[in-house]
Amino acid sequence: MTNALLEKFMNAHKRTDLPDIQPGDTVRVHVKIKEGDKERIQPFEGTVIARKNRGMGETITVRKISFGHGVERIFPLHAPVIERIEIVRRGRVRRAKLYYLRGLKGKAARLKERE
Amino acid sequence: MIPGILGKKIGMTQVFRPDGQVVPVTLLKAGPCVVVQRKTPLRDGYDAIQLGLLEYVKSSRINKPMKGHLAKAGVDGIRFLREIRLRPGDPDFKPGDRILVDQFRPSDRVDVTGISKGRGFAGFVKRHHFRGGPATHGSMFHRAPGSIGASSFPSRVWPGMRMAGHMGNQRVTVRNLEVIEVHPEDNLLVVKGAVPGPNGGYVIVRRAKR
Repeated sequence: MTNALLEKFMNAHKRTDLPDIQPGDTVRVHVKIKEGDKERIQPFEGTVIARKNRGMGETITVRKISFGHGVERIFPLHAPVIERIEIVRRGRVRRAKLYYLRGLKGKAARLKERE
Repeated sequence: MIPGILGKKIGMTQVFRPDGQVVPVTLLKAGPCVVVQRKTPLRDGYDAIQLGLLEYVKSSRINKPMKGHLAKAGVDGIRFLREIRLRPGDPDFKPGDRILVDQFRPSDRVDVTGISKGRGFAGFVKRHHFRGGPATHGSMFHRAPGSIGASSFPSRVWPGMRMAGHMGNQRVTVRNLEVIEVHPEDNLLVVKGAVPGPNGGYVIVRRAKR
């Protein structure tokens, strides 16, 4: 139950260039990284295991296996550090939070593709 | 330069600065206001304007003396009426003048006054941030105050001793909040940080004293 003005203000500040990201999707997040006075873009590719909060503080948790270790990064969706987000593959899942993937590895951690 | 404006707290959210920094912000519906009365040093002993926040008020909710008072400024429908002191150098105002939020600019500093949320009779821990005792390990000292003074001297409790009591529901001013954005079309003033009171509570926004 939010105020209409608050809603309008947030809609004006939210990013509109993001694709429809859902849990189970494999995404490539291009993050701007500042090194000294230079800026470069670093991609981070993995599975979206959670989408949290609403409003300006909305985040996604992206998990990938890097050299045998699970790595998770939480990205604020509306932050300007996110250059863009691509969807690589859409996964079919039956729940909103895929924390069970943390206990699985290899073949068991695969997700079926969604049509 | 208007000395201040009246408004209503809408709610909080956050925005991002161009460099990626997150700023917590409070949205205020500020104005439209109207000058209802001009207080002068000659007549009233001090320099101030009485502002009213224009909003829809059922006619029967305003009593006759107040209606007459508002009619002098040519307005009706004011529920929230407050005075703002004028400082030397402020422009002169006449009753009936409109005061709008477009007089504020981003990076201006404002003081915001409101009535804080009432917390009822609150204990030491909540009211004064005392630490309290351990919850377990056989401790029998949880949220009690501890010592409140010495014994034979002074044989009484010093005035001002921090104790449990009524908390909140009092006038609170937060100073030097930065104006982040102004949207005159929606009468919207966006300030950095928190503002006293619940969403929908009335607030007074003044230019920062320093």
